[in-house]
Amino acid sequence: MTRPVRIAQLSCGPEYSGIQHEIDEAARQVGGEIFYPDVALKDIHRDFAKFGLDVKSPDLKLTIARAMALVEGRVEADAVFIATCFRCAEAAIVRNELRRYINEHSRLPVVSYSFTERTTSGTLLTRMEALTTIARRRALLARETQNGLTLGVDSGSATTKAIVMRDDQIIGTGWQPTTEVLKSAHEVIAHALAEAGVTRDEIQAVGTTGYGRFLVGKEIKADLIQEELTVNSKGAVYLANRQHGPATVIDIGGMDNKAISVMDGIPGVFTMGGICAGASGRFLEMTAKRLGVEITELGPLSMKGFGGRVSMNSYCIVFGTQSLVNALAAGSTREDVAAAACHSVAEQVYEQQLQEVDIKEPVIMVGGTSLIEGLVFAMGELLQTKIVVPPYSQYIGAVGSALLASGFIKDD
Amino acid sequence: MAKVFIYPATSLILSDMVARFGHTPLSSATAIRERIQTAGLESPPLQITPEEAKKGLKWAAVEVPAGVRGRMSLYGPMIEACEAAIIINDADLAFGCMGCARTNELIKFLVHQKTIPRLELNYPKNEEEGVKFVAAIKRFLTELGATK
Repeated sequence: MTRPVRIAQLSCGPEYSGIQHEIDEAARQVGGEIFYPDVALKDIHRDFAKFGLDVKSPDLKLTIARAMALVEGRVEADAVFIATCFRCAEAAIVRNELRRYINEHSRLPVVSYSFTERTTSGTLLTRMEALTTIARRRALLARETQNGLTLGVDSGSATTKAIVMRDDQIIGTGWQPTTEVLKSAHEVIAHALAEAGVTRDEIQAVGTTGYGRFLVGKEIKADLIQEELTVNSKGAVYLANRQHGPATVIDIGGMDNKAISVMDGIPGVFTMGGICAGASGRFLEMTAKRLGVEITELGPLSMKGFGGRVSMNSYCIVFGTQSLVNALAAGSTREDVAAAACHSVAEQVYEQQLQEVDIKEPVIMVGGTSLIEGLVFAMGELLQTKIVVPPYSQYIGAVGSALLASGFIKDD
Repeated sequence: MAKVFIYPATSLILSDMVARFGHTPLSSATAIRERIQTAGLESPPLQITPEEAKKGLKWAAVEVPAGVRGRMSLYGPMIEACEAAIIINDADLAFGCMGCARTNELIKFLVHQKTIPRLELNYPKNEEEGVKFVAAIKRFLTELGATK
């Protein structure tokens, strides 16, 4: 039996919020085991003073001492989970500084999480799965080339994608909106196989990712079923040809966003979350619909406009759309409105999510929204960098799955 | 005899002193151990569920962190029920400790709002202060017994 991945929990508040059992359960489901690094009271006094962040909450002092015990090797762990109460400013500072400290001084993968009494258990599970994957599958994640004939399927919340690869080349693609999860998966697989000119029987290994990964993976007998944080990171640096050194991967999805700080293709720090629909691809879909254009036309349209000319009163998907409608009624051009919508999404992700990871160049944008030029432009403006959008960026999860799946080919 | 809320609510020493003088200590009576192997310094002795954080809405608004509200669901009723209070500021962790500074601020504020006998002391830093500290608590509890 495989040893559980030992995940050190550094936290303030989850027990009194009543969610500790959900954290334990999420870890257990992905083969992990939560533990609390054992420190003595005297360690807390010493380490808190040494770290130099003068917080008032004793549990945050304990958290700092535990982080130092991990970094200094006094306590052994495979991964670190940092969790503090949502809306606690003191805890947010500690969470960010400890994440950075552990990342800079150890090889431990870290995920941070802020919670209310209602966890979004799906995203909690994905984070835990990513943590255990990084801890357990470093060798697999180190894979830099795709060998043999493999299939990757990304069953996302908005779209389902499939990729067929042969010896480091993409030879077949399939893409469609997700309706019925299995039906959509079968259809994109059929399309990708037909385009590649191969049959399912010839495929040597299969990988799945995305929200429907377990269901689809079971259905198509996948060799690898893996969450999208590690898979997308791998796919992004592979396609962007930036497999060595640091990189930052941003994936603004239909239902949630991911920001991942990567080193040599392996995620170090990441955040994931639906901040709100106004910061997702869904808002851009609604904007395109209101402007009477296809989503594929929104990017070029927004590049002709200037978002600063449209006043956005809210980030909310409902009231934000209302602002756009008001702007159109007041005579704003469709181009300016499209640009304002892109800027609104980019700004929200920048303000509320990218603060949680250390942005290191190159910044790689992936996922379907990376094809909307206005969004990429707005993000580049905010980050003051040229964003890299690799080829096949909308297929990122499927490419990552096909790449990693080749590690499961029997002769490999 | 009075119901005495103690702060830190986890202080076994304070709790014991209140009981020795015939009063009822309102506390959470969790020992702070030398080695911390639980999630927090004063991990809850009870089975806390997300419902507790909602019950805490009586003392703290929804915008207040869930951990504060969960704690208030335990300490809020104690503060409402107390007839006297002893507050020790800047206590050593080993004396008794409550993990969240924001909850601690709210607890002390709510105790201050009540017109009840209250003793507020700083944690002693040497033996001389320690003797005065114990004497002050003894005097407070004795006088409280005489008035009740």
